[in-house]
Amino acid sequence: MNEHLPVDKTFKLFIGGAFPRSESGRTFAVRDAKGALLANASQASRKDLREAVRAARGAQESWAGRTAYNRGQILYRAAEMMEARRPEFVSVLRQIGVTPKAASKQVDQAIDRWVWYAGWADKTHHILGTVNPVAGPYFNFTFPEPTGVVGVMAPDEPALLGLVSRLAAVIVSGNTAVAVVEGPASLAAITLAEVLATSDLPGGVVNLLTGDKNELLPWMMGHLDINAVDLTGAPKDLDPTILEEAAVNVKRTVWGDSTAESPYAIADFLEMKTVWHPIGK
Amino acid sequence: MTTEKFDLDYAPALESTAVVNIAKQYGLFVNGEFVKARGDKTFATINPATEAHLANVAEASKADVNKAVKAARHAYETYWRDMPGKQRARYLYRIARQLQERAREFAVLETLDGGKPITESRDFDLPQAAAHFFYHAGWADKLDYAFPGRKVTSHGVVGQITPWNFPMMMAAWKLAPALATGNTVVFKPAETTPLTALLLAEVLQDVDLPPGVVNIVTGAGATGQALVDHPDVDKLAFTGSTGVGKMIQRAAAARRLPLTLELGGKAAHIVFDDAAIDQAVEGVVKGIFFNQGHVCCAGSRLLVQESIAEMFIEKLKRRVDLLRVGNPLDKNTDVGAINSAAQLGRIADLVKVGVSEGAEIYQPKCSLNKKGFWFAPTIFTGVQQSHRIAQEEIFGPVLSVQTFRTADEAVQKANNTPFGLSAGVWTEKGSKILWMADLLNAGVVWANTYNQFDPASPFGGYKESGFGREGGMQGLSAYVRTDTGGRS
Repeated sequence: MNEHLPVDKTFKLFIGGAFPRSESGRTFAVRDAKGALLANASQASRKDLREAVRAARGAQESWAGRTAYNRGQILYRAAEMMEARRPEFVSVLRQIGVTPKAASKQVDQAIDRWVWYAGWADKTHHILGTVNPVAGPYFNFTFPEPTGVVGVMAPDEPALLGLVSRLAAVIVSGNTAVAVVEGPASLAAITLAEVLATSDLPGGVVNLLTGDKNELLPWMMGHLDINAVDLTGAPKDLDPTILEEAAVNVKRTVWGDSTAESPYAIADFLEMKTVWHPIGK
Repeated sequence: MTTEKFDLDYAPALESTAVVNIAKQYGLFVNGEFVKARGDKTFATINPATEAHLANVAEASKADVNKAVKAARHAYETYWRDMPGKQRARYLYRIARQLQERAREFAVLETLDGGKPITESRDFDLPQAAAHFFYHAGWADKLDYAFPGRKVTSHGVVGQITPWNFPMMMAAWKLAPALATGNTVVFKPAETTPLTALLLAEVLQDVDLPPGVVNIVTGAGATGQALVDHPDVDKLAFTGSTGVGKMIQRAAAARRLPLTLELGGKAAHIVFDDAAIDQAVEGVVKGIFFNQGHVCCAGSRLLVQESIAEMFIEKLKRRVDLLRVGNPLDKNTDVGAINSAAQLGRIADLVKVGVSEGAEIYQPKCSLNKKGFWFAPTIFTGVQQSHRIAQEEIFGPVLSVQTFRTADEAVQKANNTPFGLSAGVWTEKGSKILWMADLLNAGVVWANTYNQFDPASPFGGYKESGFGREGGMQGLSAYVRTDTGGRS
């Protein structure tokens, strides 16, 4: 008889820095390869998505308003927190079927992604911005700004590295994110949420919804307060006509690489602003 | 007092139309030749200042668009895709030079077909068009430097649709970057202003551009639809209304077709009490009455600080009283003809709504011609944020005036529309300009100036004003296919 019966974790949603259950009361079972129950994860509803967007919008202006240096440090802090909980991440990945060697490597890479993107916070302006030599007496410059609130369809595989790669690219510039994670990857995502909740990341900058992508994507595409949607992890059996809803508010749609380590992955969620001022005496 | 003896008005200074030679009939420009549309269908284009018939222009059907796309595909695979950038550049430089050399002819034709003042087509539209080709010519063999660490290729066949407000300039904004990056094009100009695009086709023949690299299909909405829906188009670019832009985004979405949109706007033009007032008055006038207000980035909402509002509006009215509305060919004209009867109707309707919603209307006394399409410069005061004239794009010479007390309130009001194309700020305080420039949700911010454009300067919108940029290094990315540009 086991003297210490483990206290299993309840996997909930991550919205506005808090961990609520789905308002719908729904859950879905995540089982290991042998069929043993790992968790009953919360299954987010349309209303949960709406709450998450509200939290993301509420956090966006002040997150974008922080200095790039500060945002970079907070992303780096996420790496520190992950490193401290490295064994837990490896264990979660192994539970959902990743081999020991691959799990270990994936956690290392995920930690490395935070560090890599953290360094871009105060450098994207250098490579994407310009001073423009216009044919007249004007000082003219162009610089990147965050798009706003970004909906993210998180990649199913690799569960942890995919989510971290997409999230880091989205938020480093000052966007806030509402990510939808499906299936076993949900366990890695909510474990990540516990790291983000203790990384000085303001509540609402990252919101994680576990559930059914096909259920939530139409609402995400049609939401008037979402500025861009990352479709990199969109379901394979996606009905493409759902994408038409992006037009309701001229949403930006992005199809990226699920584990990209590229400044252009950041650029996909940026707007370019150009400012003119006369030069004269 | 004897001043009434003197006639102080300007004598007319008409630009000669002898420089243009308008054909009775124009074909489509497909595979380097002018061809008839299927069934010989045509539509008329008129001079909006006189309603005089100018020419009949071929109306491209679905089958004609298909031919144009096929020609573009063939040219892409045969000549253009693999042509060294240096060589592509040569063609673009040639086009730029031809536009400079024939600038007056193009300018007069632009004014005849579109109704804009000759001073604008001569001093703005045409120089800008030529400059765009010249600027992008230089990029054609330097693309690797614009995308460090990235492999860059062209899309293939690009479909482009442009509006009637800056016909030649828009053609240049679309064609120059597409060609520089190695794409071939099927281009549809607006149905009310097709003539300069067709004159450009002559230039393309003269510079020996390989046949099919640029194809020009004239027509209205159905022609555009055929281009948007064509399965062999690899990328779409559209400039026009947000309504049509959304339809195009819908059409392109399920196909995951690369798309750039430059759509409508409702720009806030913000004047603080510490602005250089007389300069700001000029800027506000230029911001809304330039090109009859047919400008997507027009400064159509004046936000003036409450402490100076009364004085500023008085000065503004006095300045607007002096605007000369009339013959676009007259070099003294400030405000020309409204582009079409349909657009005049839309403007008149929204102005009626403004009056019925309770805003106070001001129009200077000016006699408008009976023939042609005209609308007097209009200022609405007492406008509320919820009024339709504060929220919807009018695309005409109509300014809505609101006031604000604090800079925060100005930002809040400025950003309170679904659009985000441009904004203007007038203050002599540098820190306030930069603070405002950060907070305004707009792709272009003009500070102590307005309506400035340059091929080296990226232009495009936030939010429902579209996505993608035109001009500058940033504008090139709309026309290239790229790899991830990193590791994964």
